[in-house]
Amino acid sequence: MKKESKAKIIKVSGPLVVAEGMEKARMYDMVRVGRMGLIGEIIEIKEDKASIQVYEETSGLGPGEPVETTMAPLSVELGPGLMGGIYDGIQRPLDIIRDKTGSYITRGITLPAVNRRKKWDFVPLVKKGDEVRAGDILGTVQETPLVIHKVLVPSGIEGEIRVIKKEKFTVTQTIAKVRTASGLKEIRMLQKWPVRMERMVQKKLPPEVPLVTGQRVIDTFFPVAKGGTACIPGPFGSGKTVILHCIAAWADADIIVYIGCGERGNEMTDVLLEFPKLKDPKTGRPLIERTIMIANTSNMPVAAREASIYTGITIAEYYRDMGYNVAVMADSTSRWAEALREISGRLEEMPGEEGYPAYLGTRIAEFYERAGRVICQGTKNREGTLTVMGAVSPPGGDLSDPVVQATLRTVKVFWALEDRLAYMRHFPAINWLNSYSLYLDNIEAFLSKEIASDWMKLRNIAMAILQEEDSLQEIVRLVGKEAISPGEQLVLETSKSIREDYLMQDAFHEVDVYAPLEKQYQMLKVILELHRSSKHALEKEVPLEKLLTLKVKEKIARMKYIEKKDMSEFNSIEREIKREIDNLIAK
Amino acid sequence: MVKEYLTISHIAGPLILVEETSGIKYGEIAEIELATKEVRRGKVLEVTGDKALVQLFEGTTGLNVYQSRVRFLGKGIELGVSLDLLGRIFDGLGRPIDGGPKIIPEKRIDINGNPINPTARNYPTEFIQTGISAIDGMNTLVRGQKLPIFSGAGLPHPQIAAQIARQARVLGKEEKFAVVFAAMGITFEEANYFITDFRRTGAIEKAVLFVNLADDPAIERIATPRMALTTAEYLAFEKDMHVLVILTDMTNYANALREISAARKEVPGRRGYPGYMYTDLSTIYERAGRIKGKAGSITQIPILTMPEDDKTHPIPDLTGYITEGQIILSRPLHRKGIYPPIDVLPSLSRLKEKGVGKDKTREDHGDVTNQLFACYARGKEAKELAIILGEAALTELDKLYAKLSDKFEEEFIAQGEEENRSIEETLDLGWKLLTMIPTSDLKRIRDEYIEKYLKQSNQ
Ligand SMILES: Nc1ncnc2c1ncn2[C@@H]1O[C@H](COP(=O)(O)OP(=O)(O)OP(=O)(O)O)[C@@H](O)[C@H]1O
Ligand SMILES: [Mg+2]
Repeated sequence: MKKESKAKIIKVSGPLVVAEGMEKARMYDMVRVGRMGLIGEIIEIKEDKASIQVYEETSGLGPGEPVETTMAPLSVELGPGLMGGIYDGIQRPLDIIRDKTGSYITRGITLPAVNRRKKWDFVPLVKKGDEVRAGDILGTVQETPLVIHKVLVPSGIEGEIRVIKKEKFTVTQTIAKVRTASGLKEIRMLQKWPVRMERMVQKKLPPEVPLVTGQRVIDTFFPVAKGGTACIPGPFGSGKTVILHCIAAWADADIIVYIGCGERGNEMTDVLLEFPKLKDPKTGRPLIERTIMIANTSNMPVAAREASIYTGITIAEYYRDMGYNVAVMADSTSRWAEALREISGRLEEMPGEEGYPAYLGTRIAEFYERAGRVICQGTKNREGTLTVMGAVSPPGGDLSDPVVQATLRTVKVFWALEDRLAYMRHFPAINWLNSYSLYLDNIEAFLSKEIASDWMKLRNIAMAILQEEDSLQEIVRLVGKEAISPGEQLVLETSKSIREDYLMQDAFHEVDVYAPLEKQYQMLKVILELHRSSKHALEKEVPLEKLLTLKVKEKIARMKYIEKKDMSEFNSIEREIKREIDNLIAK
Repeated sequence: MVKEYLTISHIAGPLILVEETSGIKYGEIAEIELATKEVRRGKVLEVTGDKALVQLFEGTTGLNVYQSRVRFLGKGIELGVSLDLLGRIFDGLGRPIDGGPKIIPEKRIDINGNPINPTARNYPTEFIQTGISAIDGMNTLVRGQKLPIFSGAGLPHPQIAAQIARQARVLGKEEKFAVVFAAMGITFEEANYFITDFRRTGAIEKAVLFVNLADDPAIERIATPRMALTTAEYLAFEKDMHVLVILTDMTNYANALREISAARKEVPGRRGYPGYMYTDLSTIYERAGRIKGKAGSITQIPILTMPEDDKTHPIPDLTGYITEGQIILSRPLHRKGIYPPIDVLPSLSRLKEKGVGKDKTREDHGDVTNQLFACYARGKEAKELAIILGEAALTELDKLYAKLSDKFEEEFIAQGEEENRSIEETLDLGWKLLTMIPTSDLKRIRDEYIEKYLKQSNQ
């Protein structure tokens, strides 16, 4: 086949290469470009000319050099051994590349993403004679102490198990044979899937259970559901990455896929160095054992950045298909969109808003559509969820940016970061008036059953106080504090407490970094209890000043630091509120 | 062996189109010989069939279509490196301008560098004491960080950068240290300020300077920071030195980038800057850091002047999206006579969390910083309120905060150009200010530290 390849480069312009003699080319097939064999993907075909986006630096490449198509689309390798790994945008293992080529990333390297030599203890779950179809679990291997890898019947296969063994296998050895309508098929653990194609499911269901992140402002006020979508736009330095890191660390997902897409090298290093040290609250195992990282930093080739989010989400779908709750974070989708724009510009496509291609909105929607709560393929109707959260980095923090706007049209949760809050060191700098979540109704039943029946009620009271604060502050700003009634001043006092003692959460404090739902509920209850009884005291003509200087307030300010084992402290704070206020009323 | 072409067909801005070529590679270097025998250098931006588009670093002034010869050198632009670079001054393309001898290179390195593999990085954690309270106390710099100064025309960023270069050190360590300085399009006066200061303090011995002045070719500026960073990588990762890189002024660099983009008739992005400016800037800023198994490090302080003092202008905006924080200078503070006029509230050091605290600076550092931020922010807010409603509208407590924020600017932020404060002095100064407000208001500081440090300050 190879010898008749006459395809050769006729143009090189940054990451875009045009080749002629490409009669055989198919859209989105992978190609090898030039003598160095750089990896690229066909993104446009005009007669015998194909435009190729090249995933590696193209300097030194010139017209006349050969191009070879692989006749296969850009795909990821799937199988045990992914967990804990770090890959570039086209799934090359960065740690192994480093062992091979040193501290800097060089070109033309191809390495398998999944270790070929490692042997896994395969435990069959079906036996000879069983009927299976795509999506059914053949057996499991313990991929890491935290993750049991379920080996699924690959798509397109249906029939009777003829051979299956409990044994140690590498990913490329045959673990089972299935008699299908078209003959005996051998199944291996290693499978491939084209990244731009969504993996199949039986059906999608509406999300119902929250993804508990341990971030109070998120879980209480703007929750995301397992299987939902969220975006977090904000100017530089407002806290997007810190929040996504916190969620990656503490969210109650089974699997995390973290996509560093055109961002800082040190931020990936941070995850790499921290996650082996952080312990999963449930099992005490290092969090890295459930985490996969895709790292295509800002200075790495821009076309591979475009591919990175597809690589990440395809891997995530694969684990979802096993029946897991998977969460994907992409930081930052703006850098992905810019990569799209750069390639589009070089293709001389008609530019739309801000130079982005007209299909920007479609691409963004397609990406987030891959989230969901689903019934997986297979006979057992397993349920899995895939939650997708994306950072957006609009120029100057301006939310009219096309990427923000297109994202907001698709996602159901909006965490609006604000630089004003960040300057005041109010972190997470999520604006409580502009943000929203469309999952509140979906998850209400779950929360009132699992946590407390008045969860949503408390949340709504707190939200109303915050909203009232906003309009009261307007008045205070114009005419001073004296103009508002003691009752209104009390609202300001409580809203301040909600902001400072509840919404503010320090990602770098070992206790405060993660608040379980139970603790969130208790904290909010205490703050609102103080509000309720203070209001009552005002009615009993207790002077406001007395209420503003209650001793218990100091304890409330320190509630954040109460550890899980000391949950009873909340009761004693509530008792103290009652005692102090009763005393005031009695006087 | 090198083929020579007399086939320039088109000249536009800094770009030329050379036709009937063969074997040209994307990104390779070209030499253009003018009729006058002057030789300029350029870089291939695009090859299509037999046509090569070349960007000239020294511009196209005086270039003629028929008499100019073009030679392609078959390699990227390179810098010859050796330890002899130390103590020397070069132009923006790496040619000596200090009258000294030619460098005999140990080797030649492509100035574009390669991305550092994220798995090879070591996270920056070592505190650098700059002796400037607004930085050390509030927005701590660590070794391997990229922390830009966002300045404005006429603000004293050269003084601050020079002061950092003079005073920066890692506590309790004597290590090999070097400064690499790249000037892009700055005035002779400003460049001279740095050179004189380096000479005065003897720092010049351990410095390498690349200087492209305002009246030097604009496109040369594209290469200048890359020359500097190639030098820095060599010194840091091959010669085990801790290198501080100062790049000034990145605004001029970005404008050169815009000029090329305009000449290529690319679809312009915001304010005419090319859509790929984020990626381009990242290939400069990301060349900072520490690498596992290597003793040296690169700490970067890029300086940029914000057009119209606007932080949302694409140059500061994209920079802030790449760097690990920013030090922002404020014109109002400068007008008040405060040096350094650092506006600590919008300034940020993203790596400070891992660089401060027990065994690094002092256990109370993080809490004190947070408290000072909160107090200063509240004081400033109170002062704004007083402007609208009058002093009388403030509560007694708010008045205290307002006073504290003034004192904070006058005593904590302000300091002498030659004043080198230790981190203890900085933190003690912070505590002294915090005694101005009631202890019960110090919510962000752990009781044990209040116990330990506030008592001392009260004495
Ligand atoms: N929850 C938090 N608790 C404490 N500090 C925080 C928190 N969130 C953000 N910060 C502070 O803000 C800084 C910037 O946050 P972060 O890096 O997440 O910003 P970003 O929005 O990702 O910026 P960019 O768009 O430039 O990447 C952090 O380094 C930290 O100092
Ligand atoms: Mg970020």
